[in-house]
Amino acid sequence: MADVQNTERDSVFAKALKEGIISGAIALGLFCLIVGFRTEQNIRNELILTQRWGLLAIFVLVAAVGRFLVTYTAPMRAERKKLHKVAEAREPSAFRKSFPKIGLGLLFLYPALVVLILSAYQGSMMGGLQASLKYVDNFGIQILIYVMLAWGLNIVVGLAGLLDLGYVAFYAVGAYSYALLSAHFGLSFWLLLPMAGIFAATWGIILGFPVLRLRGDYLAIVTLAFGEIIRLVLINWTAVTKGTFGISGIAKATLFGIPFTPGPTGFAAMFGLPNSGVYYKIFLYYLILCLALLTAWVTIRLRRMPVGRAWEALREDEIACRSLGINTTTTKLTAFATGAMFGGFAGSFFAARQGFVSPESFVFLESAIILAMVVLGGMGSLVGIAIAAAVMIGGTELLRELEFLKLIFGPDFTPELYRMLLFGLAMIVVMVWKPRGFAGSREPSAFLHERKMISGEFTKEGHG
Amino acid sequence: MSQNQALLSIENVETYYGNIRALSGVTVHANPGEIVTLIGANGAGKSTLMMTIFGMPRARTGRIVFDGTDITQLPTHEIARLRIAQSPEGRRIFPRMTVQENLQMGASLDNLKFFDEDSRMVFDLFPRLKERINQRGGTLSGGEQQMLAIGRALMARPRLLLLDEPSLGLAPLIIKHIFEAIKELNKNTGLTVFLVEQNAFGALKLADRGYVMVNGIVTMSGSSADLLANPEVRAAYLEGGRH
Repeated sequence: MADVQNTERDSVFAKALKEGIISGAIALGLFCLIVGFRTEQNIRNELILTQRWGLLAIFVLVAAVGRFLVTYTAPMRAERKKLHKVAEAREPSAFRKSFPKIGLGLLFLYPALVVLILSAYQGSMMGGLQASLKYVDNFGIQILIYVMLAWGLNIVVGLAGLLDLGYVAFYAVGAYSYALLSAHFGLSFWLLLPMAGIFAATWGIILGFPVLRLRGDYLAIVTLAFGEIIRLVLINWTAVTKGTFGISGIAKATLFGIPFTPGPTGFAAMFGLPNSGVYYKIFLYYLILCLALLTAWVTIRLRRMPVGRAWEALREDEIACRSLGINTTTTKLTAFATGAMFGGFAGSFFAARQGFVSPESFVFLESAIILAMVVLGGMGSLVGIAIAAAVMIGGTELLRELEFLKLIFGPDFTPELYRMLLFGLAMIVVMVWKPRGFAGSREPSAFLHERKMISGEFTKEGHG
Repeated sequence: MSQNQALLSIENVETYYGNIRALSGVTVHANPGEIVTLIGANGAGKSTLMMTIFGMPRARTGRIVFDGTDITQLPTHEIARLRIAQSPEGRRIFPRMTVQENLQMGASLDNLKFFDEDSRMVFDLFPRLKERINQRGGTLSGGEQQMLAIGRALMARPRLLLLDEPSLGLAPLIIKHIFEAIKELNKNTGLTVFLVEQNAFGALKLADRGYVMVNGIVTMSGSSADLLANPEVRAAYLEGGRH
């Protein structure tokens, strides 16, 4: 008996070793020219070939050892998975059920927590406040903007099933609406926020009309072009948008008329607090949190209403929709308009936060990243999308912090540059393990009586 | 019977896919309270006629009149709003939505006002659906999906029910159950049913009248009993194909 097991393990080891070596060889072939050699220009404009065998060795080793470990542990993992599945099918854990509530609580407490922890670390309240700036701004606000954008795009892509590759255009419309109207007419943020939403929604409808008959790949190409058109207009219409210079000195948002300035009428003076730029950041944090939650709330409400249900039905079967008396034209247009509106809100917030907008912020890559969040999170799932946004944007910000990597890869190593490589890796990993995204199964929006013990969750879907 | 009384009358309709003529000079009508069936082989144009009533594709010539209204050029969703409901070919239920949500989609014209009442009626007709109420449409068996497609159509409170091949790919026992349900519905509520079927024997047993379609042309029509007795029909559709 023991003998049989031993020979089995030996054969697995041999197989793993073989696959590891093959993977290493493939990696060597692939990266030999890409990583192993590097050409640089010296002062005399001559190309110099530098060889980087050490780095190449790291790449090859990672591939070989990784493949070896994956293959070697595969039988064990399969065994464990079997056990796991039996245990899991019993009931979804309490943590998973209340995850949205816990997450929401944490989000509301986040700035306070950061300030408290950093104050304790620095030994003074003021020091803690100053140090928290980075965490509230770079991690908090930055992530929440993308959460909101992804939730907005989720209405179009996740619910209505219309693949939109030019979503960033609506973000740009919102941002420029705020920037231009506040610069020329001096209108306040609170007036321009809804206006930016309306402008973006209008553009959503303008985009919607020509693409009404398109679906899938064709729709994707047209929306992609639309995003580029908006960006090129912003670059070339210099009389209004100042082209690539962008618009700077955009007015900041105010707390119901109280500005966040150091003067006697400012926020700090009015509440008797010491002067600091942190208050504005914390205010912005809560502002974008509220906007994002508004997006989520509207999405959840709409899903239970006829229009939201019609979106989901449209995603599943357009012909069936029409023969049930649903006007697919208005259904598609409302989806585009609603999604675009939230993009517009996020855009005007972005302009108010940055104080500066330029076409560079609205390139195709942004659309792609937002779409990636929706897909990775699981189309239609708000929690999954929020997690995907936090991981992707938070991950990027984290890369900037990873100073220790320089000790491994040398002082020239800038981890941010590997951002896209890591994105790609992360996407492959997620799609291998969770092909429907973090939260791939659709949560039904209507239930009769109590939930049955065995619901559709545990049975495989026949579609999608 | 005179054409004026007919609930649905299709007059001289021709439908094309590009340049290919799928229907030529089709004239068919359905009187209130009747079950009318259209039988024919694969590719005869039965489903095309069904979809032409809904304007997908549109009839190039001829007229389609429903209860005195010319619906030939009406947008599809407005045709549906006249209370013509359809259980389309291939069922076309919403696979990721639950049974409950699928039924709600059918009832959305009235904003779910009659949902409880109507869903009770559907569950009486198809008790299996009630057992599966919170299950996703895509996870149902073929027969259950067909029941759901018919149930969803009934939720729209139709005056005319169009059924496209409800027996397609189903076991004989389930076909029998579904046909019985249609019969019951017609008897109890006086619902007009237009049934497109390949299963000629079952369909003619169920229907009051029938039409036979070959290559986009209606070649024969008459009462079901006459058609069942007709030697040509027997030879082409019934002998050897009895269920």
